[in-house]
Amino acid sequence: MVLNMGPSHPATHGVLRIVLELDGEIITKADPDIGYLHRGDEKIAENMTYTQFIPYTDRLDYLAPLANNVAYALAVEKLLGIHDKLPLRCQYIRVMCAELARISAHLLGLGAFAMDMGAVTVFLLSFTEREKIYNMAESLSGARFTTSYTRIGGVMRDLPPGWLDQCRKFCDEFIPALNEFETLLTRNRIWVDRVRNLAVISKEDAIDYGLSGPNLRGSGIEYDLRKNQPYLCYKDLEFDIPTGSVGDCYDRYLVRMEEMRQSTRILEQCIKKIPGGADNKTNEPVNVDNGKILLPPKEKVMTKMEELIHQFMLVTEGMNCPPGEIYFGHENPKGELGFYINSKGGGVPYRLKIRSPSFVNLSIIPKIFVGTMISDTVAILGSLDFVMGECDR
Amino acid sequence: MAALESAQRIKSKFGDLIAEPLEFRGEITIKTGDAERIVEICEFAKKELGFDYLVDISSIDNYGDDPRWTIVYHLRNLKNGNEIRLKTDVSEEKSKLPSVIGNWKTANWHEREIYDMMGIHFRGHPDLRRILMWEGYPYFPLRKDFPLAGKPSELPGVAFTKPSPMEGGPFVTVAGGNSATTREPRIRIPEPDAVEKK
Repeated sequence: MVLNMGPSHPATHGVLRIVLELDGEIITKADPDIGYLHRGDEKIAENMTYTQFIPYTDRLDYLAPLANNVAYALAVEKLLGIHDKLPLRCQYIRVMCAELARISAHLLGLGAFAMDMGAVTVFLLSFTEREKIYNMAESLSGARFTTSYTRIGGVMRDLPPGWLDQCRKFCDEFIPALNEFETLLTRNRIWVDRVRNLAVISKEDAIDYGLSGPNLRGSGIEYDLRKNQPYLCYKDLEFDIPTGSVGDCYDRYLVRMEEMRQSTRILEQCIKKIPGGADNKTNEPVNVDNGKILLPPKEKVMTKMEELIHQFMLVTEGMNCPPGEIYFGHENPKGELGFYINSKGGGVPYRLKIRSPSFVNLSIIPKIFVGTMISDTVAILGSLDFVMGECDR
Repeated sequence: MAALESAQRIKSKFGDLIAEPLEFRGEITIKTGDAERIVEICEFAKKELGFDYLVDISSIDNYGDDPRWTIVYHLRNLKNGNEIRLKTDVSEEKSKLPSVIGNWKTANWHEREIYDMMGIHFRGHPDLRRILMWEGYPYFPLRKDFPLAGKPSELPGVAFTKPSPMEGGPFVTVAGGNSATTREPRIRIPEPDAVEKK
């Protein structure tokens, strides 16, 4: 029997269509059909300057927009050659944004996973915590969701007053809330029975199919871009990389839960170590001091000639990137979000390819669905934790 | 640096097939002239040099140049984190090259996407069909001569398939234009087929 798990389905985490061939209740063949959310981001990028493309990156993995912003800004900065020369305060702010985005995305991923299996309480609890992160994003950038916070060479603006206190309060309240989810799920008999030993992905398969992020680590491969190819100030921060042992859905769930704890640990360290502290009394720079890359401050633009010219060139033509190509991979909550930028000089990329983790993670579905039952499909999709916005771009 | 050593080893094994490794921003790029031998090079990279993880396969449309297509493979060695970029050119008349799916299964979907977006065939791919666009879509959207607004087409069953109504908005650009002004004359609406060569 052929069953269509259509694009409009509550458990497919977005618009994913899977055509299943069944033998009774066991799946014999699964063929995912993606592209329902394809918006042509890569084509659009060829027509816009690098700064104009930043709002499009919000909408890739729309559950963790701050992380995508950081990834894209770092990629273009690598092309310019300044990604390791950012001011320290900017690096700490970006790390905090990325980790908050990680907590937010994992909370939603696990909440949706649990809700699809029937445990609706977990979803509502995780959304209570996500609301706090949304409030922090709103005071940081003005938008709860599509933040567009980073710029090439810095961030949109410095931390608002009181933000670090908000962040500290969130970290204090988050760990007890996370403990509450654990009591609901981790040792729950029904949860463990449904999720244990399901869709085991072996180490060889995980590497062969190009998985990344918690899916790769759930299968036992200790590879995290924050540790193996460190960027920003991750070298100065202490955190562990949770790794699974079996590679089943339960392991991926546990890896995500532990990653949230580690992200909270990173946030607490950043709050203590950020140069300039909460109010930036020592006036640490937050942006790279180069008028050719980042818009100069408005007082200078209105009074000085050089800054006026920089402002004009940056807005009309974009920053002048050298010809060449780079690839930058960032540890996003869903996996490795990579940008391959091929530039022929000028302010507009010649080719921008987005290596999306969800696209690659979904490619393993035809393999792991075979032999499972229909009711397991929901669990497997939830454990893979993908986002169609990122998959289809 | 270890990635450069790996690149030198590939060059010494395959000789004239590979150009001198280039370095830019700490990344090593090697380019091969013959796309047909790409499977051998990838197999060598995977088995001898340990590049067991294929990060990404990209495609570039060098509109106006011959060969028109460039395929870019990003390889990574998970044990020591080395990364290397392998590029190969394919001419437009041929538009075919062998698939590397035998080495890394992740190449499956990447190559399907390149076929879908650029129209390049991969020989030996078990299931080369469109992945993001629907089956039977007549064009290859990421090519430089495909306009940003899109072209009208038949969509099975559903409503809107005309070019998108740009209304003279900021994205009324001519793909492949070489500066902001040639790309973006905000008043005029270009014909879908008008393309400016470099």
